[in-house]
Amino acid sequence: MKLHEYQSKTIFSKYGIPIPKGRVAATAQEAKQIAEELGSRVVIKAQVLVGGRGKAGGVKLAKDPAEAEQLAAQILGMEIKGLPVRKVLVDEASAIDQEIYFSITNDRAAKKPVMIASAAGGIDIEEVAAKTPEKIIKSHIDPLLGLREYQARDVAVAMDLPREYMKDFVKIAMGLWEVYKATDATLAEINPLVITKDKKMVALDGKMMIDDSALFRQPDLNEMRDTDEDDPAEIEARKYGLSFIKLDGNIGCMVNGAGLAMTSMDVIKLFGGEPANFLDIGGGAGAEKVAAAMRIILTDPNVKAVLFNIFGGITRCDEVAKGILVAMDEVKPKVPMVVRLVGTNAEEGRKLLENANMITAETLADAARKSVEAAKKGK
Amino acid sequence: MSILVDKNTRLIVQGGTGTEGLFHTTQMVAYGTNVVGGVTPGKGGEWMLEGKLPVFDSVKTAREATDANATIIFVPARFAPDAMFEAADAGIPLIVCITEGVAVQDMMRVRNYLDQKKVRLIGPNCPGLLTPGEAKVGIIPGNIAIPGNIGVVSRSGTLTYEVLYAMKNLGMGASTCVGIGGDPVNGTNFLDVLEMFEHDPKTEKVIMIGEIGGNEEEKAAQYIGNKMTKPVAGFIAGQTAPAGKRMGHAGAIIEAGAGTAADKIKALEAAGVKVAKHPEEIPTLL
Repeated sequence: MKLHEYQSKTIFSKYGIPIPKGRVAATAQEAKQIAEELGSRVVIKAQVLVGGRGKAGGVKLAKDPAEAEQLAAQILGMEIKGLPVRKVLVDEASAIDQEIYFSITNDRAAKKPVMIASAAGGIDIEEVAAKTPEKIIKSHIDPLLGLREYQARDVAVAMDLPREYMKDFVKIAMGLWEVYKATDATLAEINPLVITKDKKMVALDGKMMIDDSALFRQPDLNEMRDTDEDDPAEIEARKYGLSFIKLDGNIGCMVNGAGLAMTSMDVIKLFGGEPANFLDIGGGAGAEKVAAAMRIILTDPNVKAVLFNIFGGITRCDEVAKGILVAMDEVKPKVPMVVRLVGTNAEEGRKLLENANMITAETLADAARKSVEAAKKGK
Repeated sequence: MSILVDKNTRLIVQGGTGTEGLFHTTQMVAYGTNVVGGVTPGKGGEWMLEGKLPVFDSVKTAREATDANATIIFVPARFAPDAMFEAADAGIPLIVCITEGVAVQDMMRVRNYLDQKKVRLIGPNCPGLLTPGEAKVGIIPGNIAIPGNIGVVSRSGTLTYEVLYAMKNLGMGASTCVGIGGDPVNGTNFLDVLEMFEHDPKTEKVIMIGEIGGNEEEKAAQYIGNKMTKPVAGFIAGQTAPAGKRMGHAGAIIEAGAGTAADKIKALEAAGVKVAKHPEEIPTLL
């Protein structure tokens, strides 16, 4: 789950990381009022969950409240990479001396958190890493020991930070580590972390991603989830604990297991079809979950055929069959359905579906081929 | 011979009295796995499976009473890290964690702790281990695989079943099947298992099933190209997956162009691995 800049910076601030004065606004009028309160030049920043806001014209400097209102109106009417801007952050403008990149993220290969820093901050860090890797400093953190202050000092020295800012930097680094830990972040990023002309270190921008698997112990963050930008079907799927991603094709897929779900999509494509979605019903799904999955698939008007590929292990095929029957009774689908059941209780499952008027298949390749044919006929 | 589990495995089950745990414990016992006990805090002294299996309050007491040398974990995600720490502290050398959805930061702590204790972890979010005809330590349906000389290693669950089933239909058997799990931080990776297969006399060929995300397949390819003498066939799931989207497995995400199926297939083919177009084709390549 991604957090907006304003949400990330609010969290930073709670852990002692200095941020600019400012607030989020949903209307141009509000933006003007915030600018008046701040009584200085302000930056108006689009709050959308994609990168490259600046380049797209979603970040503007306003010299007075009137201009803040005008620019906010303009940005609030924008779409950035297809996402409508619904909120802007109005921040006090800073006079910048130096821009630093600083983040803590997971290094899956090392199985450890890693601190990443660069004196070349403010711009796209991936570009810096590609063109001038020597400017990127990485330091792994022992997850059992936590970040130690000496490690933060070493990073400051390695990026040649002016020594007078060493203490401030260490405090910010320790703060970001606490943020990362407390929020179960997979990324906590400050870019840029600036040194202002009046010699202060401030987190000018913030980006956070939270581990979805840890949301059970992060109720406050869960409430911050911005669902405006999610597909409604994906939101509905999340409610039932289904992993669903909408795609552009016309063959709906319902599969158990992520790897097999991806593979089913691949095989559909191999036989000349296009999958309409990725859908993993997960391990041990019961009838209710299966019925919900089927309703979600069938709400997509592009779907001309549905492929059920269930290899029972922890999931029992008879449970899946029951779910299919419940959903068919409710939704009365008009598209052809191809079903393949193998593994745990497959025989019982097949018996349940005997009179359901479904196309059956033995192998995955066979099932994919039949669903591609069925979708073509359905056009 | 085989790897990780066989007839000498003495298994305990953590969380075996829950619905899923009980179902699969029953299946493992029916398969012939030497299950010696269960661990459910608060139920110590009771018996499960109609009096066949003693239940203990802790892994420590279970190990002392049964001399267990492996454990399998079915407890819910929020309790799984504690279950893994407990097993490691009780001196169990092999932990198989089936549980899905363990938080990444928890897994980093677990993995680093287990490494210090030299404990082998398989998973989490995995189907476990199957040495056909000897021991099933996990949830892989026993009847879809037969004993043989092919080592199977996979990041996926049900996709692995597809491959085992396709092998069986062609009369091909497995030495051991290892499901390493789909999480970004896990206990055992492809490289570890390939090394074990390379040194296992019973394994003559290897099937490796990878998916998008991370770079473990690329590392494995390097090992196969440089060190491995046994033939390897493979498959990579997620060739049609769009970038940046999380495909169910926490590990199966293509971040900023790295970890794509195309890159992995290229690396494997360069190392001499035959890569199949669909899973049922894999066994025919060996």
